[in-house]
Amino acid sequence: MAVSSTDAGTKNIVQGGRLARYGLRTVALTYLSLLLLIPVALVFYKAFEEGFSVAWEAVSTPEAQHAIYLTVLMVVIAVPINTVFGIACAIVLVRHNFRGKALLNAAIDMPFAISPVVIGLSLVLLYSTRDGWFGQDLAAAGIEVIFTPVGMVLATMFVSLPFVVREVVPVLQEIGDDQEQAASTLGAGRWQTFWRITLPSIRWGVTYGVILATARALGEFGAVSVVSGRISGSTETLPLYLRKLFDTFDVAGAYAAAVVLALLALVVLFAMNFIQRRDRAILAGPSVATEPGALVPHLDVPDGKENR
Amino acid sequence: MSQGAVTTADAPPRPGHRLGLGGPGLTRGLVVGYISVMVLLPIAAVTATSLEGGLAAFWDAVTAPQAVAALKLTVISSLIVVVVNVVFGTLIAWVLVRDQFRGKRFINSLVDLPFALPTIVAGLVLLALYGENGVLGLSGVSFTKVGVVLALLFVTLPFVIRSVQPVLLELDAEMEEAAASLGARPLTIFRRVVLPNLAPAIVAGGALAFARAVGEFGSLVLISGNIPFDTEVSSVYIFGQIESGNTESAAAVSVVLLAISVGMLFLINLLGRWTLRHGS
Repeated sequence: MAVSSTDAGTKNIVQGGRLARYGLRTVALTYLSLLLLIPVALVFYKAFEEGFSVAWEAVSTPEAQHAIYLTVLMVVIAVPINTVFGIACAIVLVRHNFRGKALLNAAIDMPFAISPVVIGLSLVLLYSTRDGWFGQDLAAAGIEVIFTPVGMVLATMFVSLPFVVREVVPVLQEIGDDQEQAASTLGAGRWQTFWRITLPSIRWGVTYGVILATARALGEFGAVSVVSGRISGSTETLPLYLRKLFDTFDVAGAYAAAVVLALLALVVLFAMNFIQRRDRAILAGPSVATEPGALVPHLDVPDGKENR
Repeated sequence: MSQGAVTTADAPPRPGHRLGLGGPGLTRGLVVGYISVMVLLPIAAVTATSLEGGLAAFWDAVTAPQAVAALKLTVISSLIVVVVNVVFGTLIAWVLVRDQFRGKRFINSLVDLPFALPTIVAGLVLLALYGENGVLGLSGVSFTKVGVVLALLFVTLPFVIRSVQPVLLELDAEMEEAAASLGARPLTIFRRVVLPNLAPAIVAGGALAFARAVGEFGSLVLISGNIPFDTEVSSVYIFGQIESGNTESAAAVSVVLLAISVGMLFLINLLGRWTLRHGS
């Protein structure tokens, strides 16, 4: 419902504000260019400044490859677990009523509000073999968490936990449970109802959440940094490796690693755009002019939208 | 209405039907268990550890000069970031919704980039332009407080924009038309008609940006230089305390940080509920 310049009433806004409009546009685009566009473009430039081969060498050393492998491993373990529990969480939050639901709802948002470093610290306090709450017991059972990939996976799971839940909850609320009830009346079991009715209708929400969780898991730095001990060739993910390169004055290598991560981020961005467009096309028809991203975490902050 | 209630009331399920998601009780138990172990237990560990040495030790840890300096820098730079985000975020949202120009779609999708980009890359990205060998005359912000604010602005860019945009899209143009036909000037219309409608979304976006800024770590480690009493924010201070084995002091400052960001979100939540109830 964008204001069109042909509307008689808004005519004088548009006319009186042509200068203002160009002014606002200039300010907005300048701000975005200086903060976002130019710096990101510059990273690509700097990475390949000394030639493509230098950049390639920096990300193809055994150490770098292990870092990439470990980063992928984090995603491959943390994201599926969070997806399964995320869907279950969303169903419980939307379809069930029980005491303590508000607390559960708030707890799910906590990873958005907690500093990654604090998340790392909390895992150290729980699982450190030296003085963690469960560290010694787990060590006795042969499981070491801190300074190993196990702890890094836990940290990654913590930070990427809310995304699937927060994307699926609004979809579940919107579709209601009419069809699920119908399926159930017609004799479908719970699993059957879930697989044939619920999952197909939430699949884009789930996909969107998975993409966001993947982006976060790929790039997590603070929490993983605390938990991993940053042992090169062993517990170093790509973001940690990047930092080490930078600190050891291998700036070209750092930029090369940054490009790998930035490219992954761009893939994520494309996927998000694709799904948003598709989602909107299904929900609202093709007439919607602008598609604001839904990437802002859906924290449970009432924004007054219900008012209108 | 809960699905469980429906199945039991309307269509008593055959025993097999209880399987599926394991019945409402089992699913709920698993979910609550997962969240408790993954989220609540770690938070409890931090809180308990911060108080291990008693309240006095907690107070000492939190009021250590270096901790105070870090907390101060964190809160002040986060507040600056919120103000800048509120102004520019609303402005950018406005331009993205109401203006038409070539490349708008591209710019619009680009706004999400700070969320998709790993934070350590965000720091490096800013160094490329504003660092020592930066390109613009602005170079040299690395290792200064300006660099800290810049990094926070980068990572919090999308919050206000993405929370204002949908509201602006849904905003009924008739109100503005009515105001205009009654002779209100554009600025008055914006101030009296548009802004009050956007206010809740702006506040919500600002609060999220604040919570994020308070805890930010990754984008700061490269650009801020982490100089104690100067550019060291709380998260970096906590990291240093962990590295040097002072987990109790790290936990104490963590609790303060946690209280600030959670408290902020809670306040905003209350404010939102209040405005909903009392109408605007």
